[in-house]
Amino acid sequence: MDLLAFAEWCESTGLGLVVRESVWLFPVIEAVHLLGLSLLGGAVLLVDLRLLGAGLVGTPAALLARQLRPWLTAAVVVMTATGVLLFLSEAVKCYYSQAFWVKIVTFPIAIAFTYAVRQRVAEAEDTTRGTAVLTAVASLTLWFVVAAAGRWIGFS
Amino acid sequence: MLLSWAQAVGDLPTSIALRESLYVWPLLESAHVLTLMLFAGTAAMLDLRLLGVTFKGVPATEFTERLLPWTRVAFALMTLTGGLLLYANPVRYYFNLFFRLKLLLLVLAGLNIWWFHSRTNRSIGEWNTAARPPRAARMAAIVSLAAWTGVIVTGRMVAYNWFDCDLQPHSAFVNWAAGCIVPPVEPPQ
Repeated sequence: MDLLAFAEWCESTGLGLVVRESVWLFPVIEAVHLLGLSLLGGAVLLVDLRLLGAGLVGTPAALLARQLRPWLTAAVVVMTATGVLLFLSEAVKCYYSQAFWVKIVTFPIAIAFTYAVRQRVAEAEDTTRGTAVLTAVASLTLWFVVAAAGRWIGFS
Repeated sequence: MLLSWAQAVGDLPTSIALRESLYVWPLLESAHVLTLMLFAGTAAMLDLRLLGVTFKGVPATEFTERLLPWTRVAFALMTLTGGLLLYANPVRYYFNLFFRLKLLLLVLAGLNIWWFHSRTNRSIGEWNTAARPPRAARMAAIVSLAAWTGVIVTGRMVAYNWFDCDLQPHSAFVNWAAGCIVPPVEPPQ
């Protein structure tokens, strides 16, 4: 099945139609998406700042990463759930949006990097300063692209 | 008074240029939203610490002394970008119900911060390492989380025109709250 047909099918699903035909559902879901973004910001940035040697420097990075993990997961779950609903309601628009494609490619990379690499780097006892900084910069860059591209979908 | 001021600002060439710009306005708007990650993200983490739900082994002063400067920088950036967005379209925001609500919630958030720093935070030495900070600190955290949630939600809703004055009819309450200038209805002949 080609992707445009898939996008059209998404819009015709029950959920897609409900969100599309409601005046206030899309804005409310967007607002929850933004609240999720805020929480994600805290969960991502506290650890990245710490790896850069800023912010909560009196607390070990490993402790921060461990304690923030459930909040990170909660934010990702909220953002994904609301994001899918927003997508279903305007899948064809997304199909034609370059910003959407940038986001949909970088989002799984950012997720995989955060859980598989950054979390391990932060929790490891013997991380060198160089590795820590490099990991934080990569994480910040990835999440910046995901968030900026996400916002830009609305302008296209 | 405020309205005539908004109208005068809206007529300035730079305000018009910003309003009609193809890229500057969306870039400002994006910067405003993205800074939310740093601002609301760090503020929420401090609140969660004050509530005692996370970072139980971390002193509260770690958050108020080392994280709060970042929150403040982010707030300055949000005020700057938000101020420029307001400068680009002052009359529209003057009559925007959600924008008015957002300002009220900002005042509430500000009062809460003032109360926390002038009272509760003074005794932080006594409960710095407590897993569960005192009631006043927890209350401040709840008010903060609620107020900023409201600011974010109403901020997002500012973009929607449901209650715009030129989309009558609205209830008398909406017209009053949004400051709409509605011509009186002609009495039936």
